[in-house]
Amino acid sequence: MLNKILPAPFLSLFLLVFWLLLQNTISAGLLILGVILAILIPLYTNRGRDFPATIYRPFKVVEYFVLLLIDILISNLNIAAIILMPSRKIKPALIEFPLDIVGEVPITVLASTISLTPGTITAEIRRDGRALLIHALNVHDPDKLIQSIKQRYEMRLKEIFKC
Amino acid sequence: MTQLPSWAEWLVSSLIIIGALFALVGSIGLARLPDFMARLHAPTKSTTLGVGGVILGSIVYFSVSSTFSFHELLITIFLFLTAPISAHLLAKAGLHLELRRVENTRDLRSQPRQYSDEDD
Amino acid sequence: MLTFAVQFAFVIFCIALLLNLWRLFRGPDLPDRILALDTIYINSLALLALFGIWHSTPFYFEAALLIAMLGFIGTVAAAKFLLRGDIIE
Repeated sequence: MLNKILPAPFLSLFLLVFWLLLQNTISAGLLILGVILAILIPLYTNRGRDFPATIYRPFKVVEYFVLLLIDILISNLNIAAIILMPSRKIKPALIEFPLDIVGEVPITVLASTISLTPGTITAEIRRDGRALLIHALNVHDPDKLIQSIKQRYEMRLKEIFKC
Repeated sequence: MTQLPSWAEWLVSSLIIIGALFALVGSIGLARLPDFMARLHAPTKSTTLGVGGVILGSIVYFSVSSTFSFHELLITIFLFLTAPISAHLLAKAGLHLELRRVENTRDLRSQPRQYSDEDD
Repeated sequence: MLTFAVQFAFVIFCIALLLNLWRLFRGPDLPDRILALDTIYINSLALLALFGIWHSTPFYFEAALLIAMLGFIGTVAAAKFLLRGDIIE
């Protein structure tokens, strides 16, 4: 029963929070309207979402997000150092990142994470979907970079999505 | 501007200035890095953090000076969701057009054809 | 203090916008120009947020949100056009 009304509980929660943030006030009327919208919109768009993903460990998501924020801060400082370096000796590389996780949503999250942490950008996905092409701004040891991404992000995503 | 208590004033000022400096570093990177793929790194991230700093400052400012205000956070969330997508599309376009890369770029692709976007 | 900080940030963002403009005119390739435009909209977003602080009104927020959405769609459309030579297939 609950599954029928709320096909995507996290999407509904996100929509409700988004609505309240957009209104910037909390009142009973707005809250009720927000709940109605948060139930109706996922129901209406349910047929269009053909990429099902289940989050098994919601608390791990929070941990992942905090880790991501800290990493963004630290590596932004690194990037700033590289940019302001007087010499132009940078060592860019196009790296192939073999994927261990499967599924569209986990791979998308991983690719976005790689793009958000400065110094690396996801450029392409291989045609068979088993590897990402990463452009790194300044890297000395590509294998170490791949290992660190695997340990920091991919393992956690594997636990969150169980894939 | 409204007069704030001094702790809030310091907090807002430092957040704004840190954000502005990050945005400036991103723009300097855009101006002086050697090739397109390297230039792509600087603005897509530093500016996200730069705008994030300014937005956080604005949240603190409005929350302290008038009522509790949180909706500026939407802009940050939106930028965090969209920055990887636009970076990805631009990188794809850069690879597709085969732009000149600096000569010490190492290409570690085992089968470069597997990444091309052509339907052949 | 805050007045000085906001003025300082205005100056910094204007320098950043000038650097972006330089990249926009200089090129050398189309993706560089799109990237410069992308950076320009993000920087002007921050400038609008600063303007909101300066005038102490929350009304610039809506404008900033609109710029964020339209700028993102513009970047995606331009990049897609470079990739495929077509925006909507």
